[in-house]
Amino acid sequence: MKSLRFALPLAGFLLIALVLYIGVKNSPDRQNLRSVLIGRPAPEWTLPDLMNPGAMLTNASFKGKPYILNVWATWCAACRYEHQTLMDLSRNQEVPIIGLNWKDEDNLAHEWLERLGNPYAAIAVDKKGRVPIDYGVTAAPESFLVDANGIVQYRLAGPMTHSIWKREFAPRIAGKSVVAE
Amino acid sequence: MVPELGHFALILALLLAALQTFFGIAGPALGKDRWVAAVAPAVAGQFVMICVALACLVTAFVTLDFSVLYVAQNANSALPLMYRVAAVWGAHEGSLLLWIFLLSSWTIAVAIGSRRLPPRYAARVLGVLGFITFAFLLFSLATSNPFMRLMPAAADGRDLNPLLQDPALAIHPPMLYTGYVGFAVAFAFACAAMLEGKMDQVWARWTRPWTTVAWGFLSIGIALGSWWAYYELGWGGYWFWDPVENASFMPWLAGTALIHSLAVTDKRGLFKSWTLLLAILAFSLSLLGTFLVRSGVTVSVHSFAADPGRGMFLLVFLLIIIGGALSLYAWRAPMLKSPAGFDVLSRESFLLFNNILLVIATAIVFGGTLAPFIAEAIGSETLSVGTPYFNIMFPLPIIPLLALVPIGIHAGWKKGRLSEQKGRLLVTLGISAVLALAFVFGVYGRGQVLTPVAYTLAIWIAISSLIDPFDRIRRGLSLSRSIIGMTLAHIALAMLVMGVASVESYTQERDIAAGPGDTITLGNYAFRFDKVESVEGPNYEGVRGYFTVTHEGRKILDLHPEKRLYWVQRQTLTEAGIGSHWGSNIFLALGDDVGGGKWSVRLQIRPLVNYVWISAFLMALGGGIAASDKRYRNAKERAAEGVSGTAPGAVASVSAAPARGSAG
Amino acid sequence: MTRTSSRWRALQWLAALIAALAVASAAFAIDTTRFEDPEKQAQYQRMTHELRCMQCLNTSIADSQVDLAADLRNEVRDLVEAGKTDEEIRQFMVDRYGEFILFRPRSPWLYVTPVIFLIIGVLVAVRIIRQRSKLVAEDDSPVDDIAEESAERK
Repeated sequence: MKSLRFALPLAGFLLIALVLYIGVKNSPDRQNLRSVLIGRPAPEWTLPDLMNPGAMLTNASFKGKPYILNVWATWCAACRYEHQTLMDLSRNQEVPIIGLNWKDEDNLAHEWLERLGNPYAAIAVDKKGRVPIDYGVTAAPESFLVDANGIVQYRLAGPMTHSIWKREFAPRIAGKSVVAE
Repeated sequence: MVPELGHFALILALLLAALQTFFGIAGPALGKDRWVAAVAPAVAGQFVMICVALACLVTAFVTLDFSVLYVAQNANSALPLMYRVAAVWGAHEGSLLLWIFLLSSWTIAVAIGSRRLPPRYAARVLGVLGFITFAFLLFSLATSNPFMRLMPAAADGRDLNPLLQDPALAIHPPMLYTGYVGFAVAFAFACAAMLEGKMDQVWARWTRPWTTVAWGFLSIGIALGSWWAYYELGWGGYWFWDPVENASFMPWLAGTALIHSLAVTDKRGLFKSWTLLLAILAFSLSLLGTFLVRSGVTVSVHSFAADPGRGMFLLVFLLIIIGGALSLYAWRAPMLKSPAGFDVLSRESFLLFNNILLVIATAIVFGGTLAPFIAEAIGSETLSVGTPYFNIMFPLPIIPLLALVPIGIHAGWKKGRLSEQKGRLLVTLGISAVLALAFVFGVYGRGQVLTPVAYTLAIWIAISSLIDPFDRIRRGLSLSRSIIGMTLAHIALAMLVMGVASVESYTQERDIAAGPGDTITLGNYAFRFDKVESVEGPNYEGVRGYFTVTHEGRKILDLHPEKRLYWVQRQTLTEAGIGSHWGSNIFLALGDDVGGGKWSVRLQIRPLVNYVWISAFLMALGGGIAASDKRYRNAKERAAEGVSGTAPGAVASVSAAPARGSAG
Repeated sequence: MTRTSSRWRALQWLAALIAALAVASAAFAIDTTRFEDPEKQAQYQRMTHELRCMQCLNTSIADSQVDLAADLRNEVRDLVEAGKTDEEIRQFMVDRYGEFILFRPRSPWLYVTPVIFLIIGVLVAVRIIRQRSKLVAEDDSPVDDIAEESAERK
């Protein structure tokens, strides 16, 4: 029927409305852009250890057990916001939190940790910012869940909260082997 | 007290808009003439209420009533008076009220201007406009009330975003929205025609002036935004293909197609379904733009504070309004037939290509803007589309279109008779090409491949536009406003192409660190950095650099770029120093203090960039002149002679003597 | 809109932070990086304009003044210095940030679809014009003003 083509604009519009609907529904999540590293090995790094001046830390040493890599800095307000959650997590569960201090100053970092507590099993310092770029970090704070085989399982862009931990991190940790394959 | 009054006025406006919609749609449908007569008073009432509401909000701002949440979020005691008024539309809630006010203003203008239209048809038009008004008032009252109180009242406000404290940006939303919202009139005319079940040739004549004026305002609004971005944002760009910029450009492209398609329907009763669809499309794109800015889906500096709840609300409106119109179209358009014919090289042919190429250009901008959402929806990895993409794809339909303009202007209606013009066309093409090449190689000595092509097209369009008017003057004929307006707008188009081609091909830039005493060279210009001073303003403090600019040794300008820190919002802004010299725009911006007494400085020489903005104003002027042509005023008298008697879908020949001197 | 979960609050925090950064980046960056080799200079300019500043709203790393943009520019500088091609630099960034960092998308659909539309559009126009030109002989409908026009042309 020739007159069917006049319904095409309506059909096209309904498709677009569907796309927009999905866009609106997903918009709260848009800040937490899905990382391209998920499913891939965590990029290697060797960086100075904040707590042991002169010594170096490398991510290879954490392989064999899952860990959280948390990118933070003292100039980051949202990091201050998530700090208490990190403190709680460091006490209440077994996965270590490795801190990556991003473009910060050592004395400020020390002062922060003394004042607020240290949730980190170890802290690496990157003053140049190369390592966060390798991880595709866009802003602080970000947290990466790396499994026992060194594969990135999840990336949180934004402050850690207990409900996010329960919803995103805990299930993934439980589902993965604790010992390296 | 005043905010509550404003709030109450909005609620009354909502009720009146509901009545306007009901009487406007049900009245003609059920044949109740008393209802039809009740529409105009409802319009008047709703307009008055919205004026009251807007006045209340403006008062709240001017008196710095910080017990109103919206005022506290967008004003500050240090804010100068002019920007207190502009702050009314500085964020979502207030700009939405401005939108509603402008819609109401257009509605009442249509109510007054269509008194000589068949009453039932006019009632339907006002009914459709009433529905849109109702929807937006509902949206405002339900999710975005500007009159919300803040208890306890803030001691002082958060201040208007310093970026918005600027005259161009203060007037940009009113101009832009007047354009956006103005397309609702064409939309309403189209919906009313579809509701009536018939669309006469005269319909196009009624719709044309409203649409052209709206298009003119939109042109000005876009140009103001572009101009502001150029001198305020500090990197000398005039267009960024930002999603929200695209959201205003798409209705403009569709609107341009619409005003040309209306010309064909007006003249020959052809392209009716095209014109209807374009009328729906232009306003739909305006609504889409509103949605993109306010729903939080897009990532843009222009977006208002996002809220997915609002996004859903707006999406439902879009579905009802656009979906409704397109359903009407699917139902009624198949009945629109016309037996008219036209030659291969007639004006109708060229305008058909005009329609198609502009629609494709709109589709490209649309696709590029929505591509990230489409990718997300189909589960593919999020991608982004920016300037490099648009710079490649957008010219694809536009360059052929530009080539058709100078030829199409000379094609006659129905018969074309282009063979008579062939000689003239070839000569003017030749002259244009020679001038273009002279410019490219003579003045600059270099260029990209497209540069001489663009220049040739621009000059050809300009010359071509002038031939017919000069011809008429030579023969002692009068020039109707239609012709004057059209000529002006087409020459403005030539200016636009020329400006864009020049800026894209011949911009010179330099970023360098310099201190007082240094001289920087760029091209044939030298910039001597004289000194730096601190400055203070009503709500900012900063530094100002003093530069002397010379060209081939002779002093031409003093430039004083500034870097300002606005205390309240703690934002740093640059005010570039901008001057002109021989059509080139000289742009100088002060960056950061890089130590050692030196500052980073950005210099740009942008040839003919002013043409971009001037052309938009000329286009609007041309549109305004054309819209004021006598024939539109005569059309209303003819309408009273009983158009409603014609059979559905028939071409109504215009029998009365046509207005003098109007052709084309 | 009345969710008070801490996740919502966290997102608001993050949104405010990003908004503040984005708005602050309304002041531009002046990048005084210089290469000896003009080809490398051109490549550097090209690439920094093609890459999105991931912390900003719709700005390239060439134009953004945030730290992340400066860091990314440094990466590009090193890659250009090392003699990488445009595509290698793009891939480097995409490997870390995804396709979203490119302002010029690599999906072929985005380039092919408009061309297809253009071809269809031209074919449709040609068909309509053919149909209508056949009707000219039988069509004696007056063109508004045409009588007047021919009178003028005499």
